[in-house]
Amino acid sequence: MTSPLLTAKNLNFGYDDTPILKNIFLKIEAGEFIGLIGPNGSGKSTLLKLLAGILDAPAHSIYFKQQDIRQVTRKKLAQSIAWTPQEQNLAFDFKNSEVVLMGRHPHLSLLAMESVNDFAIAKKAMEITHTLAFSDRSFNEISGGEKQRVLIASAIAQEPEMMALDEPTSALDIKYQMQILEILQHLNQDRKTTIVLAMHDLHLASKFCKRLLLLDNGKIVRDGTPDKVLEPGILEKVYNINVKLYRDPNGGVLVSPIPSSAPASTDIA
Amino acid sequence: MTKKHYITTLGIFLIFLLATLAIAPLIGATDINLRNAFSSEIPFKENIDAHILFLARLPRILLAGIAGSALAIAGAVFQALLRNDLAAPFTLGVSSGAAFGAVLSIAMGWTFRIMGIPALSLFAFMGALLAVALVFSLVKVRHNEFQTSTLLLAGVTANFFFAALVMFIHYLSDFTQSFQIIRWLMGGLDITDYATVLSIIPPVAFGFFVLMLIARDLNLISAGVSTALSRGVNVSRIQKTGFIVSSLITGTVVAFTGPIGFVGLIAPHIVRLIVGPDLRLLLPCVMMFGAAFLILCDAVARTLIAPAEIPVGVITAILGGPFFVWLLKRKKNA
Repeated sequence: MTSPLLTAKNLNFGYDDTPILKNIFLKIEAGEFIGLIGPNGSGKSTLLKLLAGILDAPAHSIYFKQQDIRQVTRKKLAQSIAWTPQEQNLAFDFKNSEVVLMGRHPHLSLLAMESVNDFAIAKKAMEITHTLAFSDRSFNEISGGEKQRVLIASAIAQEPEMMALDEPTSALDIKYQMQILEILQHLNQDRKTTIVLAMHDLHLASKFCKRLLLLDNGKIVRDGTPDKVLEPGILEKVYNINVKLYRDPNGGVLVSPIPSSAPASTDIA
Repeated sequence: MTKKHYITTLGIFLIFLLATLAIAPLIGATDINLRNAFSSEIPFKENIDAHILFLARLPRILLAGIAGSALAIAGAVFQALLRNDLAAPFTLGVSSGAAFGAVLSIAMGWTFRIMGIPALSLFAFMGALLAVALVFSLVKVRHNEFQTSTLLLAGVTANFFFAALVMFIHYLSDFTQSFQIIRWLMGGLDITDYATVLSIIPPVAFGFFVLMLIARDLNLISAGVSTALSRGVNVSRIQKTGFIVSSLITGTVVAFTGPIGFVGLIAPHIVRLIVGPDLRLLLPCVMMFGAAFLILCDAVARTLIAPAEIPVGVITAILGGPFFVWLLKRKKNA
């Protein structure tokens, strides 16, 4: 068996004195499609940023191909791992094609301009994400769904082994959510790109991800196939709501929240 | 951006700069006869036209060009680093620090020179660096990036602090010193020679070279710090390099010319509207445009109420003020 792409060993992380992630053990193998789920503030974004090397992990807690991630140069890491934000606004009017070309940065040497090959890779990335039509328009002018696709195109142009995506579907309507998840599925199948994404929609997560990590309050409380992770007991505990699960005949698990009974002693009446 | 587009754009800006350089020496309070100026028959000592052209106008035009390009480059870099198109070289307290140094040396009556550089310029430069050092000591690097809001706040604080010191010294000084202080604070290019021009070329050229080396990294930072990190940019190192180098070239120029405002704000904006935000193209274009802009402003300053001269800082500010307001309004409507 080959060595894992990323390994977290007893990872603890926090801002100042507030712990965000506690005691995380995790192995990510090449080719996986992993969904990070959990309530707001459970540490999904922070874990993604640590795995992508955007936040500095404590020593000996995250290993990239068995090397402490702190010892890997930023450029080398960027050649293997791409990260996309949930939202991005630009202070300046970069064109979408320019944003996508920025993905080539870790592959270019000092002072080098993008080559014909780089332009071709960027164009291909825009084809895959259906963003070619507005490649000459300013990034700031397009809609949220289009922006997300351009950001993903930029990550694809980076030609990474793994993409870490922070809630790429959260702000989008169902059509764009499907479109983006299908693009990621396609990358995972055709290019063997490892996908790790944070998301809120449990139904879609169960449909597309082969493995789910359920985070609660900075800890991984469940790790496994969607069927194993999405169970009423644990979901009720983590999200603090009542749920009923239905099997979706088209794949995945439908998580249906049950409204709590009308508050007994409030002054609504 | 294709190579052809890149070279064509640079060529257009170069033609603009060369045209400005050719026309500016002919503009001034006195008309000069070019044939006489270049004549080898008239001895240089007696050649008034040559004196005006080579000793009065040319060094001044060169200083304006270098100062304009340095301030414009620094402005473009600060705007990229702070991801804020209202940032300018003076946002970080560089100018008020320089003003403090200059005013201190005027009030103390220091007139010595070290290696040909007058005390006034030396102290202005040290003041600029002092301000930058102060601002940086206030800013913590956290999670691989500067807190840009803290940086701006620290810059504004340094500005107020040094402005208060300047006012204090100004208040205590006598009439002659007071006039000198006011004159310096307005910014000007009038007291210059080739030695001054030669002494500021190396630091500015070095700064431009370094900034061009990190231009692509700066592009990514201007688009967003986290995405820049994920594309392999060593953000804290590039931020530090960018800030220090830009402050250095600003300080170098301001030490000799006084604080000439608005060049660093206007030039990057106009050029960005024309060539876009990619700093690999923007920086060389803004360098040429900044030079041409200040040379033209200075030509106006020399001729508007000739034979008297208006400080060039007044001209750039009169042009810059309304532009700034327009920019703010446009931003608000967007």
